[in-house]
Amino acid sequence: MPSLTARWMSPAARFFSHSPTTGIAAGATLMLAFLALTAPWISPYDPLASDVPHALQAPGPHHWFGTDELGRDVLSRVLAAGRLDLAIAVSAVGLSLAAGVTVGCFCGYLGGRLDRLVGRVVDVLTAFPLFVLAMALVAALGNSVENLIYATAIINFPFYIRVARAEVAARRHLGWVEAAHLSGNSTPRIVISFLLPNILPTVAIQASLNLGWAILNAAGLSFLGLGITVPTPEWGVMVANGAHFMSSGRWWLVLFPGSVLMLTILCFNLLGDGLRDLLDPRTRT
Amino acid sequence: MSMMQTFRRRIGARALASLPALLGVIVFTFVLMRVLPGDPAVYFASGPNAGQAEIDGLRHKMGLDRPMPIQLAHYVAGIMTGDLGNSLTTGQPVMHDIQARLPASLELTLTALGLSLLLSLPLGIVSAWYANSRWDQCIRTLCTICFCIPPFVSAIFLIYVFYYIFGLVPDPTGRINIFTPLPHDITGFLLVDFLLTGDPAGWREAAGQLLLPAVTMALFVLSPLTRMTRASLLTVMNSDFIRTARAMGLPTWRIVTVYALRNALSPILTTIGIVFSTMLGANVLVEKVFSWPGVASYALDALVASDYAPVQGFILLMAILFIMVNLLVDILQGLVDPRVSME
Repeated sequence: MPSLTARWMSPAARFFSHSPTTGIAAGATLMLAFLALTAPWISPYDPLASDVPHALQAPGPHHWFGTDELGRDVLSRVLAAGRLDLAIAVSAVGLSLAAGVTVGCFCGYLGGRLDRLVGRVVDVLTAFPLFVLAMALVAALGNSVENLIYATAIINFPFYIRVARAEVAARRHLGWVEAAHLSGNSTPRIVISFLLPNILPTVAIQASLNLGWAILNAAGLSFLGLGITVPTPEWGVMVANGAHFMSSGRWWLVLFPGSVLMLTILCFNLLGDGLRDLLDPRTRT
Repeated sequence: MSMMQTFRRRIGARALASLPALLGVIVFTFVLMRVLPGDPAVYFASGPNAGQAEIDGLRHKMGLDRPMPIQLAHYVAGIMTGDLGNSLTTGQPVMHDIQARLPASLELTLTALGLSLLLSLPLGIVSAWYANSRWDQCIRTLCTICFCIPPFVSAIFLIYVFYYIFGLVPDPTGRINIFTPLPHDITGFLLVDFLLTGDPAGWREAAGQLLLPAVTMALFVLSPLTRMTRASLLTVMNSDFIRTARAMGLPTWRIVTVYALRNALSPILTTIGIVFSTMLGANVLVEKVFSWPGVASYALDALVASDYAPVQGFILLMAILFIMVNLLVDILQGLVDPRVSME
């Protein structure tokens, strides 16, 4: 099947040569995913083990990213935190994607009063300061990783309804959808087997852009002391903790988790932008 | 019907249409705060060994032993008369606390919005005018990077560089040094009050304190504003009247600032509305880092202490601000492009 592979490869290869940034972002994202998956095996120290005699050491050959106030290895903690943060972002985005796309598809296909109501609610919600809402949700549900995931999922939920609803509504009067209806397919079958595969690329782009935002939110909440708390290694918690030592010149406690957090968000955003250009070059800004 | 009347009617209709959203927010926050796991009566009882009688007494005093719908009705009736309940941590009415702290938050947010517009409009114009050039690419890269730095990380680094290393700004905690005499409270905005009372030294001091938090927030929202300015200008620049203006030999700056920008303003205004809402959220993080005595840090402290009323008041305030900003954007849209109000 060489010809098939070549036909599949060539647009992608052409695209990456045209937009090397997206290629680099894709590579970096894979790298981050690999580091997160293998963190327990590749980290040089136990991220929770304190070693007080070696507390607050600057980055050096033994501790590449230095040590914190309890002598814990910052590199190991950044790796473990990445594992946790990526897991939170992926689960939250997965949850809101599944729920939002289901609601959005059916609303968009059925239309009517319910659809208009959902549309209004979504419009109001997406413009509301969602971070404030997430704060209140985590406080109401209690401080735990699961609740942080639920809160992040809930504030992402309206965006997926909006995307799915718009994409399905644009297709629902097309010939092939009406043909599917006329040949006796039930509504769930039309939505799931025919419409859903058609809107997946758009949803995937939304998800990629959303992952960065989800991590930003989760880290922000933890930074405020909501969601994940000490001693669990998490980027936001590490930044909040390290901030106390900035005044005595211990920059590494904030620099490393902060920049890795930033790079991760950057990767997801660049990847999402690149994928969007690949799918629809007209929306490029 | 005259245009002004159509315009007024549209704004009125918009204001009415936002009432259900406001009511929704009230009910939502009320229910949310009631399902909070912490029982405020236990929290505010004299100690861990407080007897059941004391806790029940407190619950009765706070009205927590009444059925939920009645509590909700009391709460809504209270809001109508401007009573948002009492904060249990500060012991003051929430309305009083919010009034005292809102100017600090608004001063910060509005300064940040102003700074960000001062930066993003020129950047967006350059980016659109020299589209796809090296300048354009530099600006777009800068925006992408700014968008990816969480505000709490950029805040800490700005403090580190500009306070600890270079010492260019005063101690980045609070609105003003505690030893500086405060101006007579006229508007609550320190910068305005110092100006009105004619105290340039105080003004410089307050501006120095405001600079870092405002820059932090401005950087965070730089990207959407610049991107929208560029995209919107690019669309306008490709239209016939710009080509005609160029053919007539008008100077470039005149074409951009007078003709193109004015026609590109409408989507930019919409983005400003969205950005303002983002900033209200980011306020919580920035106020926490800089110990800024605003409404967001007030709500955060209350949230940690299971103190319902301030959090409810804060979310309600956010909803009202957000609805007012959207109305304002609507009005400005109508002024910028009269076709909008004729719909």
